[in-house]
Amino acid sequence: MPNTFVKIASVTVGAGGASTMSFTSIPSTYTDLLVKFSARSSQTGTDNSQANLTFNSSSSGYSDRLLYGRGSSASSASSATSYITWAGIVPAANATANTFSNSEIYVPNYAGSTNKSLSSDNVEENNSATDNFLTLLAGLWSNTSAITTLTLTCNGGNFVQYSTATLYGIKNS
Amino acid sequence: MTDTPTKIVVDCSTGAVEELPLTAEEIAQREADAQAFAAAKHEEEVAAQEAAAKKAALLTKLGITADEAKLLLA
Repeated sequence: MPNTFVKIASVTVGAGGASTMSFTSIPSTYTDLLVKFSARSSQTGTDNSQANLTFNSSSSGYSDRLLYGRGSSASSASSATSYITWAGIVPAANATANTFSNSEIYVPNYAGSTNKSLSSDNVEENNSATDNFLTLLAGLWSNTSAITTLTLTCNGGNFVQYSTATLYGIKNS
Repeated sequence: MTDTPTKIVVDCSTGAVEELPLTAEEIAQREADAQAFAAAKHEEEVAAQEAAAKKAALLTKLGITADEAKLLLA
């Protein structure tokens, strides 16, 4: 039976926290990439922080479309910035203590020579009736380079201790 | 004085994990991104409040409750 779902690398944030988690020198031997991460932010004064995504340390060519639920409302947003916004939404200092997000990002055909699409789904995890997020995102990196580096950045505060990210390689045979 | 933020870098070819301080440029970018996110959230909250106020005003004008409005639209 082919081994089609392979853990490439994993990271867990230590006691000091960290603002970013990066996977570098990603091998091109798989068909797709999958990142599963569970994180929390140290940012104060808010229930949630954003986890941004970049590839190959590039700061251009990103766009995304987001559907989200927050409390009892649902809405959508678009952006085109120097990173994929809302690749993750994580609980911050005001959120329920000791809760971490559940998030995953799927990147098909990451080593090909076409532009790179991705999807992301997240739950923030917060025991609040009004300030919690569920998100579903479609993203595009308009760049034909193979993805060799993938970086998640906490845009406010740091990822706190025990935040984790694991990168998997997916093969189609 | 605050500690310099750090980044964790995992080299997938070797499995080596490094924890490095952010550069000044990376710190500045992070601060700009955080401000943009806060502004976007604020805009969304203001829009939601405005929509709720308009809805309440309309219900008052019609003299019906939100549940009665749902019945009309069902």
